[in-house]
Amino acid sequence: MNGFWGNLLGLGDKLAAHIVLSASAIGLGIAFALPLAVWASRSPTVNRIALGFSSLVQTIPALALLALFFPILLSLRAVFGEDLPTLGFLPALLALALYALLPILRNSVTAQANLDPGVLEAADGVGMTSWQKLRLVEAPLSAPFIMAGIRTASVWTIGAATLSTTIGQPSLGDPIFAGLQTQNWALVLAGCLASAGLALLVDLLLGLIERGLADRSTFKWGGGLLAVAAGLATALAYQSGSKNDDAIVIASKQFSEQYILARLIGSRLEDAGYDVEYRDGLGSAVVHNAVASSSIDISVDYTGTIWTNNLKRADNPGRDAMYETIVQWEREANGVRVLGRLGFENAYAFAMRADRAAELGVDSLEDLVPVASRLTVGGDPEFFERPEWISVREAYGLSFGETRNFSPTFMYNALRSGEADVISAYTSDGRIAADRLVVLQDPREALPSYDAMLMLSPRIADDEGIAAVLKPLIGSISVEAMREANFAVDREGEGKLSPAQAADELAAKIGL
Amino acid sequence: MPDSPPKPDAILRFEQVERRYGDVTAVAGIDCSIARGSFVALVGASGSGKSTLLKMVNTLVAPSGGRVIFAGEDVTGVRQAQLRRRVGYVFQGIGLFPHFSVGENIAIGPRLAGEPLAGARIAELLTLVELEPEMATRMPEELSGGQRQRVGVARALAGDPELLLMDEPFGALDPITRDALGDKVRELHTKLGLTTVMVTHDMAEALLLADRVLVMDTGSMVADETPASLLAGNGGNVAQGLVSVPKQQAEKLARMEAEGSAS
Repeated sequence: MNGFWGNLLGLGDKLAAHIVLSASAIGLGIAFALPLAVWASRSPTVNRIALGFSSLVQTIPALALLALFFPILLSLRAVFGEDLPTLGFLPALLALALYALLPILRNSVTAQANLDPGVLEAADGVGMTSWQKLRLVEAPLSAPFIMAGIRTASVWTIGAATLSTTIGQPSLGDPIFAGLQTQNWALVLAGCLASAGLALLVDLLLGLIERGLADRSTFKWGGGLLAVAAGLATALAYQSGSKNDDAIVIASKQFSEQYILARLIGSRLEDAGYDVEYRDGLGSAVVHNAVASSSIDISVDYTGTIWTNNLKRADNPGRDAMYETIVQWEREANGVRVLGRLGFENAYAFAMRADRAAELGVDSLEDLVPVASRLTVGGDPEFFERPEWISVREAYGLSFGETRNFSPTFMYNALRSGEADVISAYTSDGRIAADRLVVLQDPREALPSYDAMLMLSPRIADDEGIAAVLKPLIGSISVEAMREANFAVDREGEGKLSPAQAADELAAKIGL
Repeated sequence: MPDSPPKPDAILRFEQVERRYGDVTAVAGIDCSIARGSFVALVGASGSGKSTLLKMVNTLVAPSGGRVIFAGEDVTGVRQAQLRRRVGYVFQGIGLFPHFSVGENIAIGPRLAGEPLAGARIAELLTLVELEPEMATRMPEELSGGQRQRVGVARALAGDPELLLMDEPFGALDPITRDALGDKVRELHTKLGLTTVMVTHDMAEALLLADRVLVMDTGSMVADETPASLLAGNGGNVAQGLVSVPKQQAEKLARMEAEGSAS
């Protein structure tokens, strides 16, 4: 568990970012909810629409709401220009603020509806204007209830803010997502505890303010407010102190290989004297847009992914042609520089146990054709729906005796126990090495290639200094070396490494 | 009622005042003048329109037709806040601001006008309604119902109003408190030279406190008499229906008393 304490203490910058993001979102939520609540209390139509809308927002899962802001902001670029950020702080802020709206709005509206009508009549009777009535009577009498709403909103927002990691905004979600992917439970626990602790602390302080407002005790609410302000100021100071606009931001998607490669790239840059920031656990679809818009600077992406998702191509021109097309397209359409291929692929492939393959005399997909009708093929749940499978079936005329779906982990167990003879695997998966599996050749190139490429954002595309530091990585990582590093991170128990440690070992292995 | 030319000393005048809520007519064309210094009771059953008529004076309710003239000016033309400072208002809900102390409650009208009340004036107002000056620092929740309405009256008097409007002011009080506060208000009315209009559904209260009783029924004014004239049987059926209740009660009580002393 000493890893846990180390992880917890290393979360300072994530915690600061989390606090600043949550506070901004709650602040924005309050700024919208309060005037809306006043308006709603004076117009039943506005009341219905505002509460209906905010309830509707609440039914959208937070993860989806965060992701939805990417296309929304992208389309808003038509109005606000190309500088509008589509990832990171802005979409996270907007989504979380929307999420915070409902509890604040509902409590404010309820508080106003429950004000003693006699008191309101008296306010009119003594000659208050409607502004005076709001300021002197409605606001102070509603304040404790509004504060209760702000408390609820704050706890929700602090929890949901962990999800903003997926759209490229640093938060306490970073250690949670990274830990989940690399099965580093100490890291997950550190992130969860930090976020839960923050939520509890904020709830406590806001509760103090709420009670202070109800008891009309300036000492209580003033003290609570002061503590909240001090916490926020510390976070802001910490953040502005650690903020470095020149830092090179390296992204990783949500699997071990990406975390390892990000550390490998990052440590080379740091050794060369560059400042480096990591943006871990980004959604796969988000990464390409982030690098194209210079929200991040460096990513590792795969030819097959860009080919299908970004170029929208379904054909397979062959490994090198695909790569060349992508390099040209990235340069011309996005200004992204593809520095080169790292040397390995993380593609779909068919794998067999070495003894079984030798027994059947199978070395390639072609060799499978005559014996396939006696064999069982296993794949992850989506594999048999993917174009890769259709393409292989058609290219070789393969027809297996049985087709079975397994979750990725059980797929390898099934192979080991003989419940499947052939499985669809990822070529760089560490378990291929660990289980000593044979990856079958694909002489007809039916499976598209998934070459790992080093991508540089437009911001640093012309920086030859950076390029020079990273060039030695090009073509240097064999699929065997990558598998070993992945396995070191994915495995349980003895010999398990953190992504950074695995990156160091990988660097040593490839002679850097 | 025949159209009478407005008397020169009328502080308040209703001219064909109407108020409709959709198809429902709450007040149907009232014409009436109220003389400076008079204590007028506005009596009627629930839903007769008496409260609505009163609230059109300090513009808590806007007329659908006609005009309310206060001190020579149409009330809808005077700035609302200014008007309400010249017109004290006491109502059944009392409506003390729970987050203000007693003193702050009393001083709120002048404070809104930008003329904060001195502590001495607050103490004077509290004394006027027979409360201890020390009560100024208490919060409303610490007071009894009767004390609260006394503060309500003090608040209505704080701006030295010319006109005091009261809407069922004693409705929520127990009979003893109610009687004492009624007498106090009548005394202050005389002492401060106020013009008072009081809405009540209690004819006995009207007869005992007012020097002119207006009776309303389904939005119209059906009687305009002095207490003595009403007791003498004038004012028509509706008015006499209302008068008969306390009258019979009083006679019954008197008989019981007579029988008790005879035995």
